[in-house]
Amino acid sequence: MYLRNALRAATALSLLTAGGAFAETITIATVNNGDMIRMQGLSEDFTAKTGHTVEWVTLEENVLRQRVTTDITTKGGQFDIMTIGMYETPIWGKNGWLVPLDDLSADYDVDDLLPAMRSGLSYDGTLYAAPFYGESSMIMYRTDLMEKAGLEMPEAPTWEFIREAAAAMTDRANDINGICLRGKAGWGEGGAFITVTGNSFGARWFDEDWNAQFDQPEWAEALNFFVGMMNESGPAGYATNGFNENLSLFQQGKCGMWIDATVAASFVTNPNDSTVADKVGFALAPNHEGVEKRANWLWAWALAIPAGSQKTDAAKQFIEWATSKSYIELVASKEGWANVPPGARISLYENPNYKDIPFAKMTLDSINAADPTNPTVKPVPYVGIQFVAIPEFAGIATDVSQEFSAAYAGQQTVEEALEKAQAITTDAMEAAGY
Amino acid sequence: MARAVTSRRKTINTALAWGVGLIIFFPILWTILTSFKTEGDAITYPPKFLFFDWTLENYSIVQDRSDYMRYLWNSVIIAGGSTLLGIIIAVPAAWSMAFVPSKRTKDILMWMLSTKMLPAVGVLYPIYLMFIKLGLLDTRIGLVIVLMLINLPIIVWMLYTYFKEIPGEILEAARMDGASLKEEILYVLTPMAIPGIASTILLNVILAWNEAFWTLNLTAAKAGPLTAFIASYSSPEGLFYAKLSAASTMAIAPILILGWFSQKQLVRGLTFGAVK
Repeated sequence: MYLRNALRAATALSLLTAGGAFAETITIATVNNGDMIRMQGLSEDFTAKTGHTVEWVTLEENVLRQRVTTDITTKGGQFDIMTIGMYETPIWGKNGWLVPLDDLSADYDVDDLLPAMRSGLSYDGTLYAAPFYGESSMIMYRTDLMEKAGLEMPEAPTWEFIREAAAAMTDRANDINGICLRGKAGWGEGGAFITVTGNSFGARWFDEDWNAQFDQPEWAEALNFFVGMMNESGPAGYATNGFNENLSLFQQGKCGMWIDATVAASFVTNPNDSTVADKVGFALAPNHEGVEKRANWLWAWALAIPAGSQKTDAAKQFIEWATSKSYIELVASKEGWANVPPGARISLYENPNYKDIPFAKMTLDSINAADPTNPTVKPVPYVGIQFVAIPEFAGIATDVSQEFSAAYAGQQTVEEALEKAQAITTDAMEAAGY
Repeated sequence: MARAVTSRRKTINTALAWGVGLIIFFPILWTILTSFKTEGDAITYPPKFLFFDWTLENYSIVQDRSDYMRYLWNSVIIAGGSTLLGIIIAVPAAWSMAFVPSKRTKDILMWMLSTKMLPAVGVLYPIYLMFIKLGLLDTRIGLVIVLMLINLPIIVWMLYTYFKEIPGEILEAARMDGASLKEEILYVLTPMAIPGIASTILLNVILAWNEAFWTLNLTAAKAGPLTAFIASYSSPEGLFYAKLSAASTMAIAPILILGWFSQKQLVRGLTFGAVK
């Protein structure tokens, strides 16, 4: 009896000790997007499965970028996982700042990741961040207003059709703008949108020798078209509108069309927040007549492990949990299929439950139509569609987008803005040694 | 007649003061009102001022998602600790500059102030690396030290200005009565300068409470104060204005209450130098 109790005690003690050594607390830096908040709420499931606990640091996107860059370059080791995007991942992977995710378990099924996401989050063939959710951009439009205008949205419209439809849908007396687009300065805001618009007119940031291309006719055509259309049919003060401002306008029924991130589809079709939830249609982002490239981007919010982390095993376990097929099922069981993180896995789009979601097919088609290695018509020396994956880009594109926003606001002409953009980019690239 | 003019002018001045006050306070009032709206009402245009469905839902969500008390406690310790430490260092420094000035006192004061002219981000990396070496990252003591150093020039300058108002003869008299240096500062100078010290403390608590560069960049999951709490409710993709407003209201409430009760000292402190 005594022996049995002693054995039990010893076993319990060894289990406890083993558990204590095994269970870790990992710190995750993330942004405050809806899918991330949902992940925080469900992380108890991860703790129950692995014993590891999670601490969250949620920050605004730009603050997060600055904060994690400081920590990663100094090897501060404050974070075990960080939420980063497609712009940073290849640059940081190349610099050796991230732990390669090349030994994920067989259950994880890395081949199930959408190829566009996997390649965008890899450097030199090695995956450095796992996609939590992915997005492209597409047209969201009001089916009732389109019908009223006597038009029918093609599945793959041109910019020329969009301009015509925007003018027809505009009803200033009732405060309805035919089209709402991003004009806000910032490389990830208006800068991203005008870059993909440029792609769809055949413009590019750099030629094969890294020379700035804002003095080329494609840019003048793209920018003049954008400003002309927005002045005709856009909301007042669109030069300061970003994603959230346009989302707010669309949800209140003040936009005929909105071209933006595919992730917005779940917001505008949610009857709790949107007054037009049952009147929204979707179409591929447009192209300029005669140009094969469309104005759709590719982005992923992904989870990566900084090289300074001391808890890489637990961190990998978390990444496998949060970006797995079973996590998608967990979200679906608690919050419905419309709320699962989209755009990361092939199997999600093969799932019969998800096929019924109205924006599922268009999201996948938009993601598949995006090619980060050939973003525009002419060849480019860079990777990236709405960005150029070089460290200097964020600074340059922020300055350039400020000039463009000034042109949208009528403070300068399109030609002046392009001249300044050319000078800014040329100077910065020369200073960076290109 | 003259009396009527004075009274009318008084009314106009009062109305003007209220008008300016309301304009300045409006953003805070709007934040507070938005915190009681649904996300849908928060973005409605034209905006709803008072006639909307009042709800406490945002406060409940914010409280569920974040441990408000932990952030609040961090703010209290960091703002209080850095101010206290700053006062302990600044009182003797300001005393020596006010009462025993040397040829270089003015230069030293200017040099101290010049450190405030450097953009904080310029020294982020050196300080971050020092914090890694010293193990101070994401600790409250680390932030107490950094915020104390950042606000020290202001504390010294303010105290110096107050001390200069105190006649040196009183201190001389204390010395003639046999007071030591310590006694002179503790029992003669400090009691006379208490209003000045109090307003310096208040202003520095407010500055430290609102500091949002170092408190965001040197913290992670443990030592983040209320500035980190607010930052966690800003979103690039999704409308969370009502929740952000609730978080902001919860963050500014303590300092607003402190400011309300101590406004006399605060105004006196801020206008002290201008009326001499």
